[in-house]
Amino acid sequence: MSEVLQNFVDQPYKHGFVTDIESDVAPKGLDEGTIRMISAKKNEPEWLLEFRLKSYQAWLKMEEPAWANVHYPKIDLQAISYYAAPKQKPKLNSMDEVDPELLRTFEKLGVPLHERMALAGVAVDVVFDSVSVATTYKAKLAEVGIIFCSMSEAVLEHPELVQKYLGTVVPTGDNFYAALNSAVFTDGSFCYIPKGVKCPMELSTYFRINTEETGQFERTLIIAEEGASVSYLEGCTAPAFSSNQLHAAVVELVALDNADIKYSTVQNWYAGDENGVGGVYNFVTKRGMAKGVNSRISWTQVETGSAVTWKYPSVILRGDNSVGEFYSVAVTNHLQQADTGTKMIHLGKNTRSTIVSKGISAGRSNNSYRGLVRIAPTAAGARNYSQCDSMLIGDQSGANTFPYIQVRNNTAQVEHEASTSKIGEDQLFYFAQRGVDAEAAVSMIINGFCKDVFKQLPMEFAVEATQLLGLKLEGSVG
Amino acid sequence: MIYQDSKTILEVRGLSATVNGIEILKGLDFTVKSGEVHAIMGPNGSGKSTFAKVLAGHTAYEVTAGSVLFEGKNLFELAPEERARAGVFLAFQYPIEIPGVANSQFLRLSYNTVQAQRGKEELDPLEFDDFVREKMKLLQMSPEFLDRSVNEGFSGGEKKRNEILQMALLDPRLAILDETDSGLDIDALRIVSQGVNQLANKDNAIVLVTHYQRLLNYIVPDFVHVMQAGRIIKTGDKDLALELESRGYDWVGAEHQATMATV
Repeated sequence: MSEVLQNFVDQPYKHGFVTDIESDVAPKGLDEGTIRMISAKKNEPEWLLEFRLKSYQAWLKMEEPAWANVHYPKIDLQAISYYAAPKQKPKLNSMDEVDPELLRTFEKLGVPLHERMALAGVAVDVVFDSVSVATTYKAKLAEVGIIFCSMSEAVLEHPELVQKYLGTVVPTGDNFYAALNSAVFTDGSFCYIPKGVKCPMELSTYFRINTEETGQFERTLIIAEEGASVSYLEGCTAPAFSSNQLHAAVVELVALDNADIKYSTVQNWYAGDENGVGGVYNFVTKRGMAKGVNSRISWTQVETGSAVTWKYPSVILRGDNSVGEFYSVAVTNHLQQADTGTKMIHLGKNTRSTIVSKGISAGRSNNSYRGLVRIAPTAAGARNYSQCDSMLIGDQSGANTFPYIQVRNNTAQVEHEASTSKIGEDQLFYFAQRGVDAEAAVSMIINGFCKDVFKQLPMEFAVEATQLLGLKLEGSVG
Repeated sequence: MIYQDSKTILEVRGLSATVNGIEILKGLDFTVKSGEVHAIMGPNGSGKSTFAKVLAGHTAYEVTAGSVLFEGKNLFELAPEERARAGVFLAFQYPIEIPGVANSQFLRLSYNTVQAQRGKEELDPLEFDDFVREKMKLLQMSPEFLDRSVNEGFSGGEKKRNEILQMALLDPRLAILDETDSGLDIDALRIVSQGVNQLANKDNAIVLVTHYQRLLNYIVPDFVHVMQAGRIIKTGDKDLALELESRGYDWVGAEHQATMATV
């Protein structure tokens, strides 16, 4: 690889600092006692403890999946701590009571917690290690009946809603990491949009892993009642540790008749250094149930961080005429590995799904798209369009596409397009010959490549994503 | 056109260059003054395209000897993008496709970068749109080429027109046209040539690298050079091109050998 391209891909991680804050960390290891401890710390009702224990029993019988195109040393799940929380007063009455060190951390990360300073029109829930530390704009949202709070709070304040929907989209025994999450999840965001309500602002959760040798197991549940709509965004960062952290989240979305959920992710977990030391293992199960007629679930993800990513945000299209969408940009550099894609399960009539996946591989990284389109016998008139494009930077990175297409209704239409391109010396020379330096050239090429995905992001975050990609792939040239 | 008060734009002395360790240019001398049009002709493998790429600063080529002064400055001290901003333009023989990047975006970035370097006004997308459409008329290009990705799916002729469009936008001091005539039908050749002729003036210079005399019917050169084995072995006026057309290149080589033997 040329020096110019090499310089692009050597870019320090900006969020790698550790906050020096007193934390309450559980001893390492996992058994029933750990689960009872977590449940007790959170004053959970009995049914949730049972949910956890049932999941734990299922998990004990499961094997870690090995089919993904990623390679990493076996994770010792007894060597991590399943609970870490910043020590603070038991209950905060206002934002002013949040530990100032914590506020500074999030300010440094560009996440303002003071509502008066917050981005206009964005409500933020902040999860630090295992617990939610702050949620902004709660009162304003409550005026229109929207519940936006931490999962822990939802369990206590709205148990009937949590119990009704938790585990209905991702069952406790769905897969190894989802089962583990169901047993030990500590916090996350909960969002409920009542019938007919269009959420007046973007909802956002910011996840931060701070403590070394902890796992983050967050659980997010979003429910949009009939005719409701919401746009939700999550962002993630972690300090640079030489050890690996495990992040095994579960996100469940439920959209009832005519409801619309748009879920966007900008994932920038620490990716490890240029030799592949450290970084987050990001093993995430995200799934939406387009349950009602004419409902729509749309996933947009910009994945730039993590040492290993294993993630397939999916949609079960159960309601007739429901719509599922997946727009993804996955960037890998150095020794990062990503195996990511989606599943579109068509059950209802005239259901439609769109998949647009853009993979960018630099350094010695490996980037795979894995996607399933399944048309059930009941899904008359279903349609899918998939487009999977890969871009290689340099000559030591890898890109793969693994599409699985299963059609069991002959009125369905399924289209799949794929391409692979490369940012080559000749393209950069062409730009240079027109006066444009390599940084600006790579930025323009990458943004052109990703524009179909970026235009799906809410405006502020599209800007953030563009800059993030810039940071990820550009450096000081020469 | 040869002018009395012309300035030297390019001065190449004893230039040698290698690619992958193989010497392609072997002590080349070449001088270009403002207002002039030069044609460099020669058989395949004589080093014409290598010379063009070395001037533009392609990293695959290593300069092993000699000097190149561009408007009196050492060209080799400039990075490729700095050469372009200083006014060295290469119309590529095989223009590169850049999928996903709209031609209009690419052209504007290039134009504004060069304008900024010259301390001139940059244009916003709307102003640029008006400006570029005017330039496109010169080459009879449809405005739809602005919305398409750079060179992607363009025919050979469309790519070459897009190159000359860039020359029109960037207003270079030295334009090197590397086999711009290849792949063009007669109509396209005429349109592209007319475009180049309109861009030529007494302050800039044009170097045409070509195999065929055909192009020179449209763009009339002041000098015709024959290149062989990495050097210029004969220089004449436009009639030399006609002679090459009828007699081929071998006689030039033989004559050169004979001259060298007598020295």
